[in-house]
Amino acid sequence: MSKELTISLSPHQKGDLDVEKIMWGVIIALLPALAASVYFYGFSAIKVVLIGMVSCIALEYLIQKFVLKTKVTAFDGSAAITGLLLAFNVPANIPYWQLLIGAVAAIGIAKMAFGGLGKNPFNPALVGRAFMLASFPVQMTTWPLPLHRIWELGADAVSTATPLGILKEGVREGIPAAELMDKMPSYFDMFIGNVAGCIGEVSALAIIIGGIYLLSRKIITFHIPVFYLLSLAGFTAVFWLLNPAKYADPLFHILTGGAMLGAWFMATDMVTSPMSHKGQIVFAVAGGILCGAIRLFGSYPEGCSYSILIMNAFVPLIDKYIKPKRFGKEVNYD
Amino acid sequence: MKLKTFKTGGVHPPENKRSAHVPIKILPTPAQVNIPLSQHLGQPAVPLVQKGDKVKTGTLIAKGEAFISANIHSSVSGKVLKIDDVLDVSGYRNKAITINTEGDEWEESIDTSEELKTEIKLKPEEIIEKIKEMGIVGLGGAAFPAHVKYLPPPGGKKADTLIVNGVECEPYLTADHRIMLEKSDEILTGVRIMMKAGKVKRAIIGIEANKPDAIALISSKAKDIPGVEVVTLKVKYPQGAEKQLIKALLNREIPCGKLPLDVGCIINNIGTALAIYEAVQKNKPLLERVVTITGKTLTKTGNFKVRIGAPAATLLEALGENLPAAAAKIICGGPMMGKSVNNLDIPITKGTSGFILIDESEAGRREVKNCIRCGKCVGVCPMGLEPYLLEKLAERKNFAACEALGAADCMECGCCSYTCPSARPLLDYIRYGKTNVMRIMRERRQP
Repeated sequence: MSKELTISLSPHQKGDLDVEKIMWGVIIALLPALAASVYFYGFSAIKVVLIGMVSCIALEYLIQKFVLKTKVTAFDGSAAITGLLLAFNVPANIPYWQLLIGAVAAIGIAKMAFGGLGKNPFNPALVGRAFMLASFPVQMTTWPLPLHRIWELGADAVSTATPLGILKEGVREGIPAAELMDKMPSYFDMFIGNVAGCIGEVSALAIIIGGIYLLSRKIITFHIPVFYLLSLAGFTAVFWLLNPAKYADPLFHILTGGAMLGAWFMATDMVTSPMSHKGQIVFAVAGGILCGAIRLFGSYPEGCSYSILIMNAFVPLIDKYIKPKRFGKEVNYD
Repeated sequence: MKLKTFKTGGVHPPENKRSAHVPIKILPTPAQVNIPLSQHLGQPAVPLVQKGDKVKTGTLIAKGEAFISANIHSSVSGKVLKIDDVLDVSGYRNKAITINTEGDEWEESIDTSEELKTEIKLKPEEIIEKIKEMGIVGLGGAAFPAHVKYLPPPGGKKADTLIVNGVECEPYLTADHRIMLEKSDEILTGVRIMMKAGKVKRAIIGIEANKPDAIALISSKAKDIPGVEVVTLKVKYPQGAEKQLIKALLNREIPCGKLPLDVGCIINNIGTALAIYEAVQKNKPLLERVVTITGKTLTKTGNFKVRIGAPAATLLEALGENLPAAAAKIICGGPMMGKSVNNLDIPITKGTSGFILIDESEAGRREVKNCIRCGKCVGVCPMGLEPYLLEKLAERKNFAACEALGAADCMECGCCSYTCPSARPLLDYIRYGKTNVMRIMRERRQP
């Protein structure tokens, strides 16, 4: 037979999900949060996001092309996600050069130094954020007010603290949590995002919409986000029930800070989370507890990014010791 | 009602059952057949004829002498041309008997009438002997000699349930679907014969929900047969794998390295039930079977009753098509577990369920990217293995670790490779690891 036919081993069919589709799917899922941030912070949010994405993609391109001299995969969407998430983790008024340094830490140190996509032990965007928080603590914790509040409060009220920051400071000064709650934005404002915070983390609603999109596309499974949030709520609920005057309630903890963004988009980062569903549950539960512990007892008001980074370090151990249930391994019919 | 299925893993490839509504046609007797001596699992059969011998349709031409082997009968009448090496589906040359057809004269002992015989006269031992004599093997693909499953099991194990596999979970293939629609009475008689041979009181016919017409027909006819029930299963690949099917139907889990009998089951394909009916009631050896020819490169598709040993090309001729220019890969079997072949001269054997002609866009493999540790391979593995890890370990030739992590359990269903977004050759490496693990295990048993 003259015709040339492909010979290969089975399977001869391929599912249609590929790396690019996953990465761009995540970016699509982040669009509602982006839209919310533009709504609440205006054009400056878009600028920060664009700078974050372009600098991350450009850095990956330059490193692959000129330093590692390997195949360029900078446009597969993974660097774009890192840039987007990094921008989501900073205040909307961050100086751009500081964001660029964060991008170098994220792409250069956390990702490419370890071998690029799939090889990095820590979530690159969170490494970038941690690096920036350590280097520029003032700028990283000075939040602009949402536009609507500026109109409410007058033009000179331009910066504020996050709800978690207000809580931490207040508790440190001995003011009961219940009293502090009166100064807080309402839970509805927290849910839709009309609060101070990092660009992408403020609107729980927008993040949940994105998360549902990821679930429906089967890009992620429910295990990590659901167990992370449940565990954070459970941990904070225990202390709230013991001493409601000192500690905030679990709903507050779920809605504020980076918990939603972290649970849906950072902890679910495929590269830096465990492989099996069982392992993912352990990872998420431990991460939720760590986040709660840092918030309640640590010196930082927010613990979400550190809780995920710390759990990233445990992923190899989790994968080694927590195995999926093997078919026919633990059965005995005799 | 929630449909039954297996819990761990599984994927949903597009079904593409294009030939599901095409009735079975009888393929004209081919001018020449190449009947391989090894169409079944186990030892090849030993030829009983020589060059120049005259044979009739149904004449025993090779005997399965080993414990696991099967008799082989001539599928045509004519003269033995040679016994020589012929390229078969494995891609290797293996011994086959070539017969030039002259007329179509059947052995007198075979009942070639269409009459349905439902009365089972033989005793269980006689049925098993008849199944063996007629060379019946599993028609699902693995072609395990069927009589072995019904022999009284060693060590006092006892079967209580017969499982009949009408799942046909592979995309594209429709041969089993068609025989369920067209030969339902024969199949149900076959099921009763199998129950008698295996001395079981209960039989479950499992059919996936994408064949509602077959489910309705078989159910309506089975409701008067004591002990036989039809269960509709949720569509999920690889439900036709015996471990997954038994889990789905009975929630019994076959322990690693054990057989269906260890959980009290005998399991056979629906096509095997038909073959057993014909063997026991009609005295007809396994000399023809239904084969699907399909694929997106073909304008027409079909299901044909074909003589064993006919070249695959005769299926295309029967459709009135040439090999399409767009065809880039020919798959013998299903797209998930079948083998790709490099020509259509290979003979159709007892285990051949279909041929699929796919185009370049489906045939090619995508570029391999870094593992992004998405964990999807772990999630879809029906055996609960960790394909990403087995791939890396096999690549590094760490076969001891492959064994510890269950490479020998892998049934090569392909769910991991199918689902991998980075298009990594997971199953290729796991196969390599598994082959070596099996070799090491064999060497350990017989040093």
